[in-house]
Amino acid sequence: MKWALIILNCCSLYSFGGVLKVGKKEAYKSITAAVAAAKNGDTVWVSGGHYFEKNLVISKSIVLKGIDHPVLDGENKYENISIKTNDVVVDGFLLQHTGVSSLVDFAAIKIYNSRNVTVINNIIRDAFFGIYSQYGTHCLIKNNLLTAFSKEEQRSGNGIHCWKSDSMQIIANTVSGHRDGIYFEFVTNSVIWRNNSFKNLRYGLHFMFSNDDAYITNIFENNGAGVAVMFSKGVKMFNNYFKENWGDASYGILLKEINDSYIGSNHFEKNTSAIFAEGANRIVLKKNVFKNNGWAFKIQASCSDITLEQNNFLGNTFDVGTNGSLVLNFFNNNYWDKYEGYDLNRDHIGDIPYRPVSMYSIIIEKNPPAMVLFHSLIVSLMDKSEKVIPSLTPENLKDEHPLMKPLPL
Amino acid sequence: MKKILKYVIIDILRNRIVLAYTVFLLALSLSIFNLEDSSAKGILSLLNIVLIIVPMVSILFAAIYVYNSAEFLELLVSQPLKRKTIWLSMFAGLSFSLVLSFLIGIGIPVLLYEFSATGITLIVSGLLLTVIFVALAMLAAVRIRDKARGIGAVILLWLYFSILFDGIVLFILFQFADYPMEKAMVGITALNPIGLSRILVLLKMDVSAMMGYTGAVFKDFFGTATGIITSLLVLSLWILLPAWLSVRKFNNKDL
Amino acid sequence: MIIANNINKNFGKLKVLDNVSITCNKGECIALIGPNGSGKTTFIKSILGMVVCDSGFITFNGKNILHNWQYRSDIGYMPQIGRYPDNMSIGQLLRMMKDIRKEKNTGLDEELIKKFGLDLILDKRMRTLSGGTRQKVSASLAFLFNPAVLILDEPTAGLDPVAAEILKEKITAEKAKGKLVLITSHVLSELDDLVTQVIYMQEGKLVFQKTIKELRVDTGQEKLSKAIATVMLRK
Repeated sequence: MKWALIILNCCSLYSFGGVLKVGKKEAYKSITAAVAAAKNGDTVWVSGGHYFEKNLVISKSIVLKGIDHPVLDGENKYENISIKTNDVVVDGFLLQHTGVSSLVDFAAIKIYNSRNVTVINNIIRDAFFGIYSQYGTHCLIKNNLLTAFSKEEQRSGNGIHCWKSDSMQIIANTVSGHRDGIYFEFVTNSVIWRNNSFKNLRYGLHFMFSNDDAYITNIFENNGAGVAVMFSKGVKMFNNYFKENWGDASYGILLKEINDSYIGSNHFEKNTSAIFAEGANRIVLKKNVFKNNGWAFKIQASCSDITLEQNNFLGNTFDVGTNGSLVLNFFNNNYWDKYEGYDLNRDHIGDIPYRPVSMYSIIIEKNPPAMVLFHSLIVSLMDKSEKVIPSLTPENLKDEHPLMKPLPL
Repeated sequence: MKKILKYVIIDILRNRIVLAYTVFLLALSLSIFNLEDSSAKGILSLLNIVLIIVPMVSILFAAIYVYNSAEFLELLVSQPLKRKTIWLSMFAGLSFSLVLSFLIGIGIPVLLYEFSATGITLIVSGLLLTVIFVALAMLAAVRIRDKARGIGAVILLWLYFSILFDGIVLFILFQFADYPMEKAMVGITALNPIGLSRILVLLKMDVSAMMGYTGAVFKDFFGTATGIITSLLVLSLWILLPAWLSVRKFNNKDL
Repeated sequence: MIIANNINKNFGKLKVLDNVSITCNKGECIALIGPNGSGKTTFIKSILGMVVCDSGFITFNGKNILHNWQYRSDIGYMPQIGRYPDNMSIGQLLRMMKDIRKEKNTGLDEELIKKFGLDLILDKRMRTLSGGTRQKVSASLAFLFNPAVLILDEPTAGLDPVAAEILKEKITAEKAKGKLVLITSHVLSELDDLVTQVIYMQEGKLVFQKTIKELRVDTGQEKLSKAIATVMLRK
């Protein structure tokens, strides 16, 4: 019964409808005309070519299929495609020169209040907003390539922008040069999977008021300020790569007011701060790799009940930074390459605790230019003496059972 | 010039201390690279050696050698030779020998184990520091006639550049914590060749942290090609200035 | 050949040379005599350019020696205490000196090296040598390049009588070739038969410069040492 339904569903999309062809040598010369003539369930085939359709509005449940990536040009004035009904497929177009406005959020493809919309295999170039979902439900955005060339945040929009949407699937898209690569606001029960977001002006992923979402196996690289996850709960992050997010206020992930979330098996490499946590509660960080970051984990005093266990800390300038002395978090069984303790009983767990906060990181917290003196003899001496007699560093911020060998992650 | 240089180098290389220094550096860097889990960590340990041991050995050895070569210098000065030639040969010979030791002791292991931008910056810094501290030793030795006082002065110079200067900078940073100090810091670093070399290496090694916290000034200055060239020029100045002053002094020195 | 004109030199507050003017000509053998600390060695060192005068000037063959160095190829210098790089052997030292002064290598004079028997101990290190042997090395070096001027600071001090005699013969022979020889010495009797002129210095001042004949006439003494003693007593 279930299989029958699925087959029926597929057939309704592709097979049963009529086919309307658009192209220079075809029946329809413009897409608008073909869409106007189409009925629900029809497929509009668009041959390669350059089309100026102004704003193409789709208010029928049709499949819009591009052959050889036909170009839909917005002439820097119009929204290329507006989808205003359910069950629409937009597949294989090249959308470019979307209008830019400070009043209206023009997008290359915008989904208005619709369900089951599929946007796949499109190339979106020089758009204001790329793919925009407003009250979208159960939509699939997959295999799209979004490239923008913005220079300033004010005149640029987000790559994939979802607002008040639910059950979205954002899969295998590549986004660069936008303001935020992927933007989620009030989006629930959604998944972001296998996307590549790099060189965006602000965040690779910007995530606000969006509960119970998962993002898995994405790559966020070299974005202006990394990834921000804010005011949300029930977020799961697995196996993502956060790389080379450099700058004063740039983070692998900024966790701000995040509760009850799980961050596992992610890789953080060469970020100024791999994770910056502020007002985060009940978060589990497990089996992550922190490698060659400036600060692996910056935890503000406003955080509590954060569990950090079985992570590898390798080659970070500073492992943990903090601004307070009260610690309500739990560090256990991590591997720290700076650990200098010993393991007499050979259980692969160090016999003395490791204190990941170095004295100098606290000094730099108070006086950033002091970074110039890092690794100088005087600083090494200060750090060593602090290790012997802790005075500035928080007494109970420590890993009681540090591992002797890195975990195979 | 070439002839005297040849004899200076032969004489230094015959000296067991240079050999011991080479072996010491080699043993140290090999054991560091073999004991540390990652070669990147090895570079960090080596950085401390390059910044502390190399200047110390360079300045001490060069000063003691110059004092012990008083006879040799006296002999040469009575010969038909230009004083400038004699002195510069001495300088070049000392620099060459110590640079050679450094290259064998640290350069080769670094190239073998950690052939990276960080490694190369470390080697270049070490080479420059060696020559800078030889030049400083020459200046001290030509200005101070008494050997004991001269060696004392040289140790003080080393202490100043490796610890005291940074202590003073730290003090200033905290005294003027309310003022924007980043730009001033760039200028102040030029006053200490050890500090400048350290920052050059740091910018490669701890690039993630350096790019962040110290603000845009460091990135904009040291991170750019202009900044690196300027730093190298400043380090060269640290060689040329003491060397030039010492030549001037030696030209008019009574032997 | 060498003219010193009103030269002054202070070491700190101590006045070492006080308005010294001296003329030395070819073919002379001049004895530079004076008590310890009278400025003899400093004077010699200023001729060699090892000490830079505070005022006055010295010319060598009519050229000011200040910041000039080529003229030193015409000088053979034997220091009071020969100090050489410890690590070098005699052979290496000789080779190095020949190497450095190669341009004037036309007529090497290795007579002293042979007579002193240095060619038999060429691989001995300088640091192992006795004071006397060092002096032999110094003397050999001074004569090695056949220079027009020989400046010998206390040449016979520390030499055994045989070696001293060899050296004296050598000096006499070189003088006969028309070379200028400048000797400081405190053992006056040794110089008797060599010297043609005497320069007497005291406390950095030039007391007199006379030929030996003038001196003998002045003092009525035949022996140089007695003549000097007479002068000193008169003062």
